[in-house]
Amino acid sequence: MSDTASSPTPVASRDIGVIRAGWTYASMTDKIADVVLTRPPGRMWLAAFGFLTVAMLLFMAAMGYLFVKGVGIWGINIPVAWGFAIANCVWWIGIGHAGTFISAVLLLLRQRWRTAINRFAEAMTLFAAAMAGLFPVLHLGRPWFVYWLAPYPDTMTLWPQWRSPLVWDFFAISTYVTVSFLFWYMGLIPDLATLRDRARSRFQQIAYGLLSLGWRGEARHWARHQSAYWLLAGLATPLVVSVHSVVSLDFAIGNTPGYHSTIFPPYFVAGALFSGFAMVLSLSIPLRKFFGLQDFITAQHLDHAAKIMLVTCWIVTYGYASEIFMAFYSGDEFERAVVINRWTGPYAAVYWSMIVCNVVLPQMLWLRHCRRSTRVLFALSLIVNLGMWMERVLIVVSSLNRDYMPSAWRLYTPTWWDWAFLLGSLCTFLWLFLAFIRVLPAISISEMRELVNESAEARP
Amino acid sequence: MPRIIPILSAQTEAKRQDDGRAEEAGFDAARRRALKLMAAGLAMASGACTKLPAEPIQAYGGMPEHAPGDGARYMATAYVREGHAHGVLVATQDGRPIKVEGNPDHPSSLGATDIYAQASILELWDPDRSTSVMLRVPPTHTEEATESSPDKAVSSWADFEKAWSPWRASLSARQGRGLYIVTGPISSPTLRAQLASLLARMPQACWVGHDEAPTSAARAAGVMACGQAVQARWHLDRAQAVLCLDADPFHGGAGSVRHAMDWAAQRSAASPSSAGRPWLFAAETVPGLAGARADMRVALGAPEIEALLWRLADRLAPGLAQDHGPHTKEPRPSSLAQQAFEDTVFEGLRAAGPRALIISGESLSVQAQAMVHLIHHKLGCIGQTVDWIEPVLTQPPHTMADLAKDMRAGKVQALWLLDCNPVYATSASLNLKQAMAHVPFSVHLGLHEDESAQACAWHLPASHAYEQWSDARAFDGTVSIVQPAISPLYDTRSIHEVVALMTGDDTRHGHEIVRGFWRAHLKAQAKGQADFESTWRSALQQGFIADSASSPIATAGLAWAHTLARPAPLDTPPSQWLLQTVPDHAVRHGAFSNNGWLQELPRPFTSLTWGHALMLGPQSAKALKVGTGDVVRVRAVHGGEGVTCPVWVLPSHAEGTVTLSTGYGRWRAGAMGNGIGVNAHALRPLDGGVLSRVAIEKTGDQHAFAIRQVQMDDAGRHPARTMSPEEETRASRGGSQAPKPSLYPPQTDPVHAWAMTIDLDACIGCGACTVACQVENNIPTVGPQEVARGRSMHWIRVDNYDTPQGETLFQPVPCMHCENAPCEIVCPVGATMHDSEGLNAQVYNRCVGTRFCSNNCPYKVRRFNFLQYSDLTHESLKGMRNPDVTVRERGVMEKCTYCVQRISRARRHAEKTDEPVRDGDVVTACQAVCPTRAIVFGDLNDPESQVVRSRDSARHYVLLEELNTRPRTTYLARRTREPS
Repeated sequence: MSDTASSPTPVASRDIGVIRAGWTYASMTDKIADVVLTRPPGRMWLAAFGFLTVAMLLFMAAMGYLFVKGVGIWGINIPVAWGFAIANCVWWIGIGHAGTFISAVLLLLRQRWRTAINRFAEAMTLFAAAMAGLFPVLHLGRPWFVYWLAPYPDTMTLWPQWRSPLVWDFFAISTYVTVSFLFWYMGLIPDLATLRDRARSRFQQIAYGLLSLGWRGEARHWARHQSAYWLLAGLATPLVVSVHSVVSLDFAIGNTPGYHSTIFPPYFVAGALFSGFAMVLSLSIPLRKFFGLQDFITAQHLDHAAKIMLVTCWIVTYGYASEIFMAFYSGDEFERAVVINRWTGPYAAVYWSMIVCNVVLPQMLWLRHCRRSTRVLFALSLIVNLGMWMERVLIVVSSLNRDYMPSAWRLYTPTWWDWAFLLGSLCTFLWLFLAFIRVLPAISISEMRELVNESAEARP
Repeated sequence: MPRIIPILSAQTEAKRQDDGRAEEAGFDAARRRALKLMAAGLAMASGACTKLPAEPIQAYGGMPEHAPGDGARYMATAYVREGHAHGVLVATQDGRPIKVEGNPDHPSSLGATDIYAQASILELWDPDRSTSVMLRVPPTHTEEATESSPDKAVSSWADFEKAWSPWRASLSARQGRGLYIVTGPISSPTLRAQLASLLARMPQACWVGHDEAPTSAARAAGVMACGQAVQARWHLDRAQAVLCLDADPFHGGAGSVRHAMDWAAQRSAASPSSAGRPWLFAAETVPGLAGARADMRVALGAPEIEALLWRLADRLAPGLAQDHGPHTKEPRPSSLAQQAFEDTVFEGLRAAGPRALIISGESLSVQAQAMVHLIHHKLGCIGQTVDWIEPVLTQPPHTMADLAKDMRAGKVQALWLLDCNPVYATSASLNLKQAMAHVPFSVHLGLHEDESAQACAWHLPASHAYEQWSDARAFDGTVSIVQPAISPLYDTRSIHEVVALMTGDDTRHGHEIVRGFWRAHLKAQAKGQADFESTWRSALQQGFIADSASSPIATAGLAWAHTLARPAPLDTPPSQWLLQTVPDHAVRHGAFSNNGWLQELPRPFTSLTWGHALMLGPQSAKALKVGTGDVVRVRAVHGGEGVTCPVWVLPSHAEGTVTLSTGYGRWRAGAMGNGIGVNAHALRPLDGGVLSRVAIEKTGDQHAFAIRQVQMDDAGRHPARTMSPEEETRASRGGSQAPKPSLYPPQTDPVHAWAMTIDLDACIGCGACTVACQVENNIPTVGPQEVARGRSMHWIRVDNYDTPQGETLFQPVPCMHCENAPCEIVCPVGATMHDSEGLNAQVYNRCVGTRFCSNNCPYKVRRFNFLQYSDLTHESLKGMRNPDVTVRERGVMEKCTYCVQRISRARRHAEKTDEPVRDGDVVTACQAVCPTRAIVFGDLNDPESQVVRSRDSARHYVLLEELNTRPRTTYLARRTREPS
């Protein structure tokens, strides 16, 4: 089939690892658009979506209760004034990072394997960032005054207090969400036009028509789209590094032993990519299975993602080692006490579980057959996500629960509500994702067409 | 009122003009009238409950001119607790008593107060106070009567008097036979005279005393020793060696504030070298405040303490103790440490001679307490370290046991329980409640409709100490006239008015009763001949009658005992335990059970709040196979149902004896005090003593305590430092080194630079600062669940560290007001920042509640309103709040402000008078209350200020100095005798 490239038969892909052979523009578009336009929702999808809708509504109700009662419904106290809410925020924002990394950094590096996974990874970024953005608001004592963190011309000429990392955080996260959204939407425009053209129902035609902003596929459109897309990729790339660096400063600026550490920015960014790629795997493996997208999201994609996880796993491990080394090398008794507390204190079980999840088990990824096994990868991705969540909790809680004054030492025990907010955010995230794959193409059609073309032209 | 109406009218006027012609004149007039009426109603409603008493009361005369400040008015009066007067100044704002300070001129106070006087403000405004006369109604058949269900209906004083009049007539006809009057401990001369005149008219009436503390033994001891009941008035400032035998002179007692102050004054005056320092020894069962500050302390059960005294008596005053054969021979000390203790105590007391002092507690036998008197006599201490005075409390002729017997015999026709709660606070073996069912006419007077009210047919609401005219005597006999700071909030009467009602006197008003008594009394003494009016006025202004302290009894003509017989030692069979009941550190015998401030005050040594536990030593715990939190069943051998309560294993507790505090297990205390813990009074023996034999068995249940401080070990970090004499002399003056370099610009406060030092050598860990701060700063209580979660709100906490040597170090920790405050740089909205005088201020209405400041505070002194903690529902609590301090809402961070409202008050005064703020013009609430003057506050810019001088001390140190936060609150290390 492929040796007649100059024949009038439609261009068809060749197997270049990141796409399987035999897909034409039309068949590929059919396959992807089918999920959105024609395919009836399966029983599994409906069941999951129904369950998650209920869970999301419960999450809303829990937020209402939180606003009425106050953050005292959680297990936080003095000294542990931050608990799951902040850990969840850091975790979610970390998860978002993989999406930006895939779509922007890999685009600039011209990595072909990004093509099939960038769309849903970006969606994941957005939804994760939405969850991450919720928690800092929810955790405020008086959330209705959250706008005081923004510089706005207020009648008392008050400004935010610029030395506080929370203000930096406010800007970092809001910039991140804005750029991520623009980038995602920019990539979606040609696909929205495809959907508009293929939609049968009037509602869909109008909706996709409006969203596609009059895209007609002209060469001028394509030229401007490409330059805007690349520019945004250039803008998004530094955010991959900056956002989690700033988030890490929330801790590193503090004088609390266990927070006050200069390794935090790179360590947080690596951890973010680590958990982000784990989440990409957790989402893509079921996605390709349930919608039969194995030809687009191939074993090679999974293999590449797994390799990045392995690399970031080692950076994170280096971070752990460095913290321990610095605690003892510095001779600071408080830092040392925090490390020993993590090893042997009340949260030791969490610490050692975290080491197993984040350091020990990911070493399986050295083995090629593990990287190629969807089951192993799926399990590992969940384990890493759990491990990274435990890391966030440990940083937040085990540093605070025993800091300088022994008389103030106290445990933090999460209440039912703490768990409810974690699970609620997880369910809401998945609900958004399930809705997304039924409403928008989970794989970029236009970029896949390019890939079909490229693969056809590629040397065998 | 006249101010409000014009303002509102003016607004209406303006509004009318704005609206122009559209409004009809008639409607407008109606509206204006409605507004006027509303305003008048508002003014009346708000004014009605804050009325000053009608009778002439006198503001405190001795207050320095600036101190009353804006609006605050101080009334010198007395807070009467357990019969004794505590001289206080009640601060009123807009007619509302909102704070109590010590009366600087009063001998029991000298300006300081204890936790109870501070918490008395909440007692006054307690929403659970009884507000009207109540009469029992027969229970309806439909409802199942429970312990706490109300069984009374609202009645009135007129109805009560109508019901009582025929009884009065018939009882008078029988010379009072069948009339029984029960009072708590009283020292009031007026009440004594009232009851004496009643008994003169009705000689058959019985006056019964109900005292939760076994004071009768102390009286008997005096009679045994010298033929006369005496009360010892200790002078700790004159003593060179003090031995406390199961007694805590620093806490709970009538003179405890003064004792602590005297001790601290003498200690701070002594040179740092250990040679000339006075000794404080303690042998006690359960750790007490004095024991924690003792130079040497042993933990012993009551029988061993008694044995220790007899052995000491043999050495100090040979021949006085008389043996009754071999079985009464005192056993040897059980350990080498104890032997060493005894030898040191003996040497110390002998060396001190007339400057020795032995303080005996309630658990000692009458003979032992008498022996203490004889030792004092023998050593020549009387007149030196001890004065003997007439007992301040009046001893009623009959006891509760007599009453119970007479009730069962049907002799009691009418029973009056006056301001006491014997149904709760007596041994279960008396079974008072059941006995009272036989009494035809029973009436209870009290602040609360408590357990005794429940057992009586009638309940009369009593006026609070700050609402009534009365009088009382302090620990040294000084008489205070109790004058009201506010007219009664409810339709209540004082005990004097109720006694007048009982006897049918013509003089019914408390003011006239008390004034009438003193007019007659002073006239009889020929003191008031000069001018009663001026004496009266000066007594009210000063807070006490000048020179009214009891004069010491001359020891010359007394009938001294030559020998004293040792009582047979208390032996406890191996299967049984000796239980000692002690008053709770905070709620005492139950009088403060409904006081949230005291319930939530962390108890020293345990930091336990909202409850109590059966305290025992580690060996005893091992023998019982229990640990802290295990629930046990305790049953008195002498009978009764027994109780189940959790155990607390306290390393500094004596072995073989267990202690349980009273004040808990109440069922009609009110919303705060009901249903917590168990009633230890029920386990007490019939005679009202404090020791009983009990059987203890483990139930297998667990109890979760609400504790403030989890970690009692200082993890080797030494936040509370100690210093031996050698270290102190070696240390350079001005313990702090040159400031470390900082990236931040130095804090410069051109006018004032406020700072505080806390002397750990003076601190006794009583917790008065914590409560005083709570009153001053409108700090809410959070309840046991929230305390257990780590959300106490106290701005100044007293940390408690157990040293490996078994000592306890106390360390009050308020905000450090760091110059380089870590909290300030992390707040995203600038809700915490420095002011121009060096205060680390918290701007409540700017706070959004990120709690980052608390995370970044190395001292963990910030407190967060995790939930809506301030009570906004109870009306009476609104009257209690300090109007100068914001009531914080939920979601807001708060912390110690160095009482910024007091600083502002001083500044305003300075501006008004054109005089500078001098050292001592600003006194923080914690500083004012401190009995040992451990807290010093002042201006670092004033080189002569006390705070600058105390920062020059060799003992001065900065908490966590290595963090370079440059705190303004700093510490002086505690002195030890030996190198630490």
